[in-house]
Amino acid sequence: MTRRIRVLIAKVGMDGHDRGAKVIARALRDAGMEVIYSGLFQSPESTARMAVQEDVDLVGVSILSGAHMTLLPPIRQELDRLGGGEILLVAGGTIPPDDAAALKAQGVAEVFTPGHSLEAIVRWIEAQVAAARGQAAW
Amino acid sequence: MQPDREPRPGTAAARPADPGAEVEAARRAYEEALARYREALAQSPEREGLFTTLSGLPVEPLYTPSQPDPDYLAKLGFPGEYPFTRGIHATMYRGRLWTIRQFAGFGTASETNARFKYLLEQGQTGLSVAFDMPTLLGYDSDHPRSLGEVGREGVAIDSLEDMETLFEGIPLDQVSTSMTINGPAAILWAMYLVTAEKQGVSLARLRGTIQNDILKEYMAQKEWIFPPEPSVKLVVDTIEFGSQHVPQWNPISISGYHIREAGSTAVQELAFTLANGFHYVEACLQRGLAIDQFAPRLSFFFNSHLDFFEEIAKFRAARRIWARAMRERYGAQDPRSWRLRFHTQTAGCSLTAQQPEVNLIRTAYQALAAVLGGTQSLHTNALDEVYCLPTEHAATLAVRTQQVLAYEIGVVNSADPLGGSYLVEALTDQLEAEAEKYFRQIEALGGVIAGIESGFFQKEIAEAAYRYQREVEAGRRIVVGVNAFRQEEDRPPEIFRIRPEVEADQIARLRRLRARRDQGAVTGALAQLRQAARGGANLMPYLMEAARCYATVGEIADTLREVYGEYQERAVI
Repeated sequence: MTRRIRVLIAKVGMDGHDRGAKVIARALRDAGMEVIYSGLFQSPESTARMAVQEDVDLVGVSILSGAHMTLLPPIRQELDRLGGGEILLVAGGTIPPDDAAALKAQGVAEVFTPGHSLEAIVRWIEAQVAAARGQAAW
Repeated sequence: MQPDREPRPGTAAARPADPGAEVEAARRAYEEALARYREALAQSPEREGLFTTLSGLPVEPLYTPSQPDPDYLAKLGFPGEYPFTRGIHATMYRGRLWTIRQFAGFGTASETNARFKYLLEQGQTGLSVAFDMPTLLGYDSDHPRSLGEVGREGVAIDSLEDMETLFEGIPLDQVSTSMTINGPAAILWAMYLVTAEKQGVSLARLRGTIQNDILKEYMAQKEWIFPPEPSVKLVVDTIEFGSQHVPQWNPISISGYHIREAGSTAVQELAFTLANGFHYVEACLQRGLAIDQFAPRLSFFFNSHLDFFEEIAKFRAARRIWARAMRERYGAQDPRSWRLRFHTQTAGCSLTAQQPEVNLIRTAYQALAAVLGGTQSLHTNALDEVYCLPTEHAATLAVRTQQVLAYEIGVVNSADPLGGSYLVEALTDQLEAEAEKYFRQIEALGGVIAGIESGFFQKEIAEAAYRYQREVEAGRRIVVGVNAFRQEEDRPPEIFRIRPEVEADQIARLRRLRARRDQGAVTGALAQLRQAARGGANLMPYLMEAARCYATVGEIADTLREVYGEYQERAVI
């Protein structure tokens, strides 16, 4: 018996565009995951803290303000510092391809840009969480 | 067909019993209205231009039914006449084209100033300022929360100094300026007014718009500072001050654009926007302003989305609903109070990352819908806005899109060219009826602010957004290049990048200002502002004084945060 996939969907920084975050949250919930939504205007620190406290498998951060290079790496660092090293960090939003590559080099597991289907995102999360749990000897 | 609407004064209910007399009375009313329209037309000059088809056939300023039905006047009327369904001017674009108003702003004030001058050289006719996130949320560039956001989505404005740089070499009596600013709108407007003063331009000559629509922020765009009640109080301050001192300025642009971008339907955009409009009107009336003193300067801002005929119907329905409410419910006497004037922007959320050139085509159709719907000004999105702020090339193509509409394809020659279309008229009626259902629902919830606090609007919008996304994923809605007609993308688009040094430059500039200015004067002006805010006075004169002393956006907003508190949203998925 494995527990359901737990996900934190977070909005970080000053960006108030929450349409994408809410659509993803609903889609993951409809796919059977437990979804926590952070609400707007979180800091990297508060996001990582919430993720560790809520014991999630994955944090999905939605950024449409262009501040992704400033805000995402500190979340990864803070997750690792708080003992959430196994928590997957993914990003969604208007993130150019070069920046996506740079973020992946800094521990962001995947970057979803406009045009990725909800179904593909759900399948990706299911596969990655299963793999991560396999390694953690569930 | 839709069932008949409730009779309105002047239509079925007012008809005499004798059918012959009824027909005769309707005919006479129609002839009188037509004569008024012809008179208005005769008095309104037309632009220079050929108002003929390419084959040389004359195009009339307006086409009307050969046999007008009795509802024609009540539902449509003539352009420039109540209820303005067919447009707010008798001549519409034969008299004056819409204003091409492209939103721009990035980096520092001097970089945006250069882009403004470029756009004016390209034939743009009005300026539109995009501010960065710290400015929109009332923080200075050196606030810890501003890290990574300075100058990124718009221009960073910390003080009057930046505002002066932004408009350097642009005489403010020669342009009309639109500023997309909401939470701190009164603060930024005060800085603009003082910039004009320093240029020697009288406030009475200033033309432009501040968005200043805080209610839709709580519903959709989510850039607020204070709770709803004091925020609306600040909006009323600007409307009151404008009506007394800046009579050509639009102190508010009541906006559906962001509601739509957040995922709403056209019906929701229409209904929620107008409901917000009614809320502001009532707040101004409670302040003691007379309706005709402020209503003529209220302006609107709508989205033009993909569904061509529904969008055109939405613009027409918006004019009719507003006119009727202003005249019948609020008792406005001045016809200018009845007219709904609006800016339009094409739908950013309809653009796709895949095959981005196709966005140019989507945007062109959306712009056409806005023009057929009678917009007063228009922003066309650039094709690369899914990725970044527009490159200069993309921004130029967006302006050219409007110029093709205005000068090449003949849609400006006749007012409301789709008036009388069975489809468009039926949709106009349906959108109006659906909006009225929402008005009743909002009233039952206890009004707009109660609906915001309970998350009603946010939930309605999120549900519509999710439904749409599901339809796309299921292939029931086709998005070219996304779920059909896909192709391998061979070349990544050119990306417009903000100079990475912008943040450090702006912070250094701000710190130099703080070291240089008269700190005693700043402290004094902020103390007076605090006291005025506690006492409930109109804050505009105090905000202007703080601006003159070079108090910063963050300092002024913090002073008001002390008095008003900050808003916390109850997050709903």
